[in-house]
Amino acid sequence: MQESNQGMQVEKFYYDNKIVKAFGYATVIFGIVGMLAGLWAAIQIYYPAISLNLPATTFGRLRPLHTNAIIFAFVGNASFAGIYYSLQRLCKARMFSDKLSWVHFWGWQLIIVAAAITLPLGLTNGAEYAELIWPIDVAITLVWVIFGINMFGTIIKRREKHLYVAIWFYIATWVTVALLHIVRSIELPYSATGSYSWFAGVQDALVQWWYGHNAVAFFLTTPVLGLMYYFLPKAANRPVYSYRLSIIHFWALIFIYIWAGPHHLLYTALPDWAQSLGVVFSIMLIAPSWGGMLNGLFTLRGAWDKVREDPVLKFMVVAITCYGMATFEGPLLSLKSVNAISHFTDWTIAHVHIGGLGWNGFLAFAILYYMIPKMWGTDLYSKKLATNHFWLGTIGIILYAVPMYWAGFEQSLNWKAFTPEGQLKYDFMETVNNIKGMYVLRSIGGALYLVGAFFMVYNLYKTIAKGTFIPNEAAEAAPLVKETSKTKEYWHRVIERKPVTMLVASLIVVAIGGLIEIVPTFLVKSNIPTIASVKPYTPLELQGRDIYVREGCYTCHSQMIRPFRDEVARYGEYSKAGEFVYDHPHQWGSKRTGPDLAREGTKFPDSWHYNHMYDPRSMSPGSLMPQYVWLLDDKIDTSSTPAKIRAMITLGVPYEKGYDKIANRDLMHQADSIAANLKKDKIETASDREIIALIAYLQRLGRDIKAEPKAPIAETNK
Amino acid sequence: MKFINYIEKVSGIDIYGLSSLLLFVVFFIAMLTWVFKTKKKTFTEISRIPLDN
Repeated sequence: MQESNQGMQVEKFYYDNKIVKAFGYATVIFGIVGMLAGLWAAIQIYYPAISLNLPATTFGRLRPLHTNAIIFAFVGNASFAGIYYSLQRLCKARMFSDKLSWVHFWGWQLIIVAAAITLPLGLTNGAEYAELIWPIDVAITLVWVIFGINMFGTIIKRREKHLYVAIWFYIATWVTVALLHIVRSIELPYSATGSYSWFAGVQDALVQWWYGHNAVAFFLTTPVLGLMYYFLPKAANRPVYSYRLSIIHFWALIFIYIWAGPHHLLYTALPDWAQSLGVVFSIMLIAPSWGGMLNGLFTLRGAWDKVREDPVLKFMVVAITCYGMATFEGPLLSLKSVNAISHFTDWTIAHVHIGGLGWNGFLAFAILYYMIPKMWGTDLYSKKLATNHFWLGTIGIILYAVPMYWAGFEQSLNWKAFTPEGQLKYDFMETVNNIKGMYVLRSIGGALYLVGAFFMVYNLYKTIAKGTFIPNEAAEAAPLVKETSKTKEYWHRVIERKPVTMLVASLIVVAIGGLIEIVPTFLVKSNIPTIASVKPYTPLELQGRDIYVREGCYTCHSQMIRPFRDEVARYGEYSKAGEFVYDHPHQWGSKRTGPDLAREGTKFPDSWHYNHMYDPRSMSPGSLMPQYVWLLDDKIDTSSTPAKIRAMITLGVPYEKGYDKIANRDLMHQADSIAANLKKDKIETASDREIIALIAYLQRLGRDIKAEPKAPIAETNK
Repeated sequence: MKFINYIEKVSGIDIYGLSSLLLFVVFFIAMLTWVFKTKKKTFTEISRIPLDN
């Protein structure tokens, strides 16, 4: 290769810094927005009035805005900035097409803006981290394809023989996110903005957490690992500790990660074998994760003096350490015995924020502090300010995480505590009040982290002001020539030089995991045991359920009673897979800031729910739930009923043929009876209000099984 | 619900388990063989790519 290059003309070309600058700016702007939304949501948990009693700013809608903004806007834009910067340099080539770069950039920002409008409006799919409505899902697919063409185009026209390991991580990211996004977004639209998940109940849950967990793996981890493998050696000015290890890290990580999703569903109605599979692979995952972390940290061996000087390395060291902590904790949390304690508590929130604030946030800050001075041909305005940012951020993470761990342990201990007489020791509300102080501390931690981010904004602004932007950075390299040597090569070296082969190989590797987990669950009808008494929702209940989804109730309430003594004592009979066969999408939830609602039906009278929605504290003093006053005034959108029923029929819900035409008649009939019921309790309301539909849904929850308490609950395989 | 239920009840599904295990083993053995047989010099060269520019 060396010899063959000697006669070649060295080519002069330019790296496109403009696109990196654009993604960098977007990272900073949406990072601040996402963190502000998070802080606002965090304060609402102990001070509900700060929701302003507006639908758009209430927790259930604000929390998806926070998570989507952080994942797709902040980390997404940071990854794109880092990829566009490093890919060009690793390939010794300008991006394949400037036009595609800009279509990617503006397309992605439009998606973010569309999300920022639709989520507060309550337009949601009701699946965590996949909330965005179907037209946005389509847009994401298109933009992702454009990003892919641009990335592969660049790789193909590269002037560097080898594909450096960072690029492998980018390829795996692209392939897997495409796969995950498409499968999770299989939904049936019933209007321009509304759709139902193609999957129901336990299948929907499996798809959801296969997606949800791998969104963490392939949107928040693999691209960022790629960035680590590029920017850490750059910042430390030394190659990665072991390139060999990085290869093992890559293949083991992408192979194993894809299987781990079901650990989000331990002790639920998901079949046992799928749960066990999730656990085994989660435990195995610790090996590649720690391999990667150690590879990162060992890169700095003998260079720790630089860490003392350089804020970029400081951020990276804490980021990589947090990656190690989170990936040690993850397998731990997926052990069934640990999960029994941690699931549904704030422990999970602490865990994800070690990853989010520490790993993703700090690595994003590190690459911004690295790239911006470079692209403006200057030094960072103030290392001291960046170091202050580092310390504020670090203290912020600790102040965030420690109270949330504490809150998680306390929740779990309180929920599971029994008196010597065998009664539950704590009322749910007591368990909430016991941890309010922790929520206050957590928001202080988050606020410190945000203040640190503002330090960065100022520092970068001053850096940009004193430098001159280099839109096109000149570089030189010899073009690649076709190898004529016929010497025997290992297959991997071939793969490693051929991006398309690499793409196919990683697709196969990740697809195997997905197929094995999901296919059997879908192929076998007997997989979902049917329960004879479980019937489809009435039209009013269906409308109520959609209101439940719209308001994001699943962000605080679960609908999944695990087979534990305390849960059965507190909430009732544990949940069965057969109960959810008509739930498009499932609403099992992932945390219990409020109590489980799987058997909420008939626990309280209609009037209790009416008053509780108007002012939760009037019915349960000390409650943290926001007020939902608008539900008392807004009318049910009955015009959508026929389309919704038709969609459900298509999805296999056994309504009679032609039921869509008469569904509204049944809807009004049931609504009138609830209104009459409320009137008995001296509540005057029109029967066409949203609150009526929501009450109908809440009163239905879990009743199919409750209705026959004496008979043993038989699951049949027909 | 044990996994064996699905393996037994759906015809042709056993191939999923078998082939994936096989692929897994073959893939990892091949990858590890390559990783440990490749000369250190090659890796050193590749690992310096980010530092080249």
